[in-house]
Amino acid sequence: MRLPPTRRPRASRRALLGVAGLAGFLAVWQSVPALGLIDPQYLPYVTDVLARLSEQLVDLAFWRRLGSTMTSWAIGLTVATIAAVGLGTVVGLVPFLRRATHTMVEFLRPIPSVALIPLAVLMFGIQRQAALVIIVYASFWQVFVQVIYGVADVDTVARDTALSFGLRRWERWTHLVLPTTLPYLLTGLRLAAAVALILAVTAEMVIGNPGLGRMIELSRSAGDAVGLYALVVVTGLLGLAVNLVFRFVERRTLSWHESVRGERAL
Amino acid sequence: MTAYPGRTVTPPRRRAVGHRTAAGMLHALGLPVLLLVLWGLVATRTTSRFFPDPVTIADAFVDTWIGPAFVEDVLPSLARLGLGVAASIVLGVAAGTVIGLTPWLRELLEPLLEFLRAVPPPVLIPVMMILLGITDTMKVVVIVSGAVWPILLNTIEGVRGIDSVLTQTARSFRVTWWERLWFLVLPAASPRIMAGVRQALSVALILMVISEMFASSAGLGYRIAYFQRNYLIAEMWSGILLLGGVGVLLAVVFGLVERRVLRWYHGIREVNRA
Repeated sequence: MRLPPTRRPRASRRALLGVAGLAGFLAVWQSVPALGLIDPQYLPYVTDVLARLSEQLVDLAFWRRLGSTMTSWAIGLTVATIAAVGLGTVVGLVPFLRRATHTMVEFLRPIPSVALIPLAVLMFGIQRQAALVIIVYASFWQVFVQVIYGVADVDTVARDTALSFGLRRWERWTHLVLPTTLPYLLTGLRLAAAVALILAVTAEMVIGNPGLGRMIELSRSAGDAVGLYALVVVTGLLGLAVNLVFRFVERRTLSWHESVRGERAL
Repeated sequence: MTAYPGRTVTPPRRRAVGHRTAAGMLHALGLPVLLLVLWGLVATRTTSRFFPDPVTIADAFVDTWIGPAFVEDVLPSLARLGLGVAASIVLGVAAGTVIGLTPWLRELLEPLLEFLRAVPPPVLIPVMMILLGITDTMKVVVIVSGAVWPILLNTIEGVRGIDSVLTQTARSFRVTWWERLWFLVLPAASPRIMAGVRQALSVALILMVISEMFASSAGLGYRIAYFQRNYLIAEMWSGILLLGGVGVLLAVVFGLVERRVLRWYHGIREVNRA
């Protein structure tokens, strides 16, 4: 096999270039305030931001805020997923329901979830529940739409074959509907996880329930630019972690599926 | 993208005549009307002040938004949104094409872009407020800084995924660089680019609202937050309704543009399916 020797240098070259790209970005960031292009008061030195970041890592209050944000994220995502899978399966399997709900879905889905922030605040005040309304609303649609498409995507030949082989209802579910829907569901879940994190942080910024988002807003109003940038970096890392975890889960769960197997063969 | 597999095979509507149209209308409007009636019934019974009935909201909608408020609050918001989206598309497609066509550049920037994309866009509002102050420019820059990533990354992927046979054919026919860009690269990447624009639109709308809720004394987002703080419940609902309307309108306009731009693509997919 010739593959391994050609592959390894390319992979290491990629990693090296990627690290160089990150280092270049940090260098540019450092030099902009150093050269006086932007006042360090508005764009602090990257070294200061990283120093603050490492300070935060040993600060219990920081971890509590992070935990608070991630708790909202997890609860919101779970509730939205369960609701979306349940409703999506029913709506997707019954053609009448699909037709009847189509207009409603097409109208409700594009409503930006942040438009509901005032309503959520009125209903629940400055609490986690208000944030959850926003998070659940936004991530629900991501999963719901994918599940509807997935459930409806069952191959007609496979379905007829299953019927003529006399598969029972339960067997048709596990052997037919579930494997067809799973790729759609996981795509929806990955999108929903990212959206839920965005809205968890946003809700904290706008509503003011405790968490990273509120801390960002407080740093800004206190004029603490270093703290603000450090927290922005933290949210970026969180987003990255969420993306990577869900992508990993997707690849693992769908290792049998064409889309993943095809990639590996290349 | 397999995200919307059902879209491409919508049957032609021309044949839907007579009672099929009636049935279609019933299906389309049945549930919304039912829900509205239900809402009205519940709203008149309940003691909660937060859910006024639909008629009150409709009245508030007419009083609030039809008139000077439309020119003062709605139009500037929409202008910023349009400007931000347009700038994101130009920036994202231009940079994405360059990065996608240059392998070493792509490898250099990949981890960085992954990180920048993962930053929740609304977090950039305080950053931009510090850097640019509370101005209209800042709001447009905020929209661009959030909406550009889906377009950029999708363009990179789209440009990268061009069939190598096509590229080599173009090269052996000595097609010039510009022609190759215009007739091969951009059309081939356009399905992915449009998928990116679709994501960017919803991000842009969110950022428009939040940047106004945060740092503004005018605009749609500001108005809605103002109504909420002053317990003008029906007015607040009318604002939510208007925002929803803007979202739906954007989706419809995008759908039309997409169908026009990707007509050839949907055609090919339908042929392949049959």
